Amino acid sequence: MIPYDISIRYMVAGYAVIILVLITYVLSLLSRWMVLKRNLRSIKDGIVRARS
Amino acid sequence: MNRPPKILTFLSILSSILFLLALGLVLFFTPLEAKMNYVQKVFYFHLSSAWVGMLGFICAAISGIAYLVSQDMKWDIIEVASVEISLVFFLNAIVSGSIWAKPSWGTWWTWDPRLTTAAILEMIYVAYILLRQGIDDPERRARFSAVYTLVGGLSVPVTFLSIRLWQSIHPAIIVTQGTEGGSSFGMTPAMLFTMIFSILTFTFIFVTLLWHRIRIGHLAVLVAELRNQENEEMQS
Repeated sequence: MIPYDISIRYMVAGYAVIILVLITYVLSLLSRWMVLKRNLRSIKDGIVRARS
Repeated sequence: MNRPPKILTFLSILSSILFLLALGLVLFFTPLEAKMNYVQKVFYFHLSSAWVGMLGFICAAISGIAYLVSQDMKWDIIEVASVEISLVFFLNAIVSGSIWAKPSWGTWWTWDPRLTTAAILEMIYVAYILLRQGIDDPERRARFSAVYTLVGGLSVPVTFLSIRLWQSIHPAIIVTQGTEGGSSFGMTPAMLFTMIFSILTFTFIFVTLLWHRIRIGHLAVLVAELRNQENEEMQS
């Protein structure tokens, strides 16, 4: 049988890794979305400027 | 391409609530396993992550077929989105499995058939992401990716069946008569409920993330098209 305190430590480590990886991925999606939106806005402005 | 659809917002909130509920069930509802104590609780999200990882790789293979049949770029966007999300979940499955293995087997890693095939599966799709970066022409890239995910998809059943095909020390969750070696633990109804709840929760999270990632893919295509248009207008 795995000792109580050791088993808690490994359980916490397992869940911490899973949650941190998921949060990091969600943040990466968010940052990509924001960068693309900013690029879209600047490209649209550029096209308007080029036409006028 | 501004605000997300209401149903996507609903799905995002629902997935977050389900995730917290699943975590609560794991920590406070499931009983302790006799030999492994708290470490066994890693199993619920480990299994769910592996399930979602494999689900996404299969989705990518189906999207690959759909692209080859229709030549529609939307399938390429869905395919790369599926692979990317699955890579994240499968990495979670491998790392959490390794954390479970240390106190249970006495080692972080062993070249057991299940672990080896899982590592190969992850590397196959890491290579997919890297190789895609090297192809500039979108249609060639999409064609190559579709064929790659079809061939790569073959490793999903191999990984799943590895504990049945070869002698393995990895615990078998779905125990059938043909299961060789390995070990399983007796699941109480509470454990079984939490396992199914976690699998459903992770499936919801996968669908939600996939939808968000597909929207990013469409936006990226739009930005690339407008950039080309801008360059053309600058030249003329």
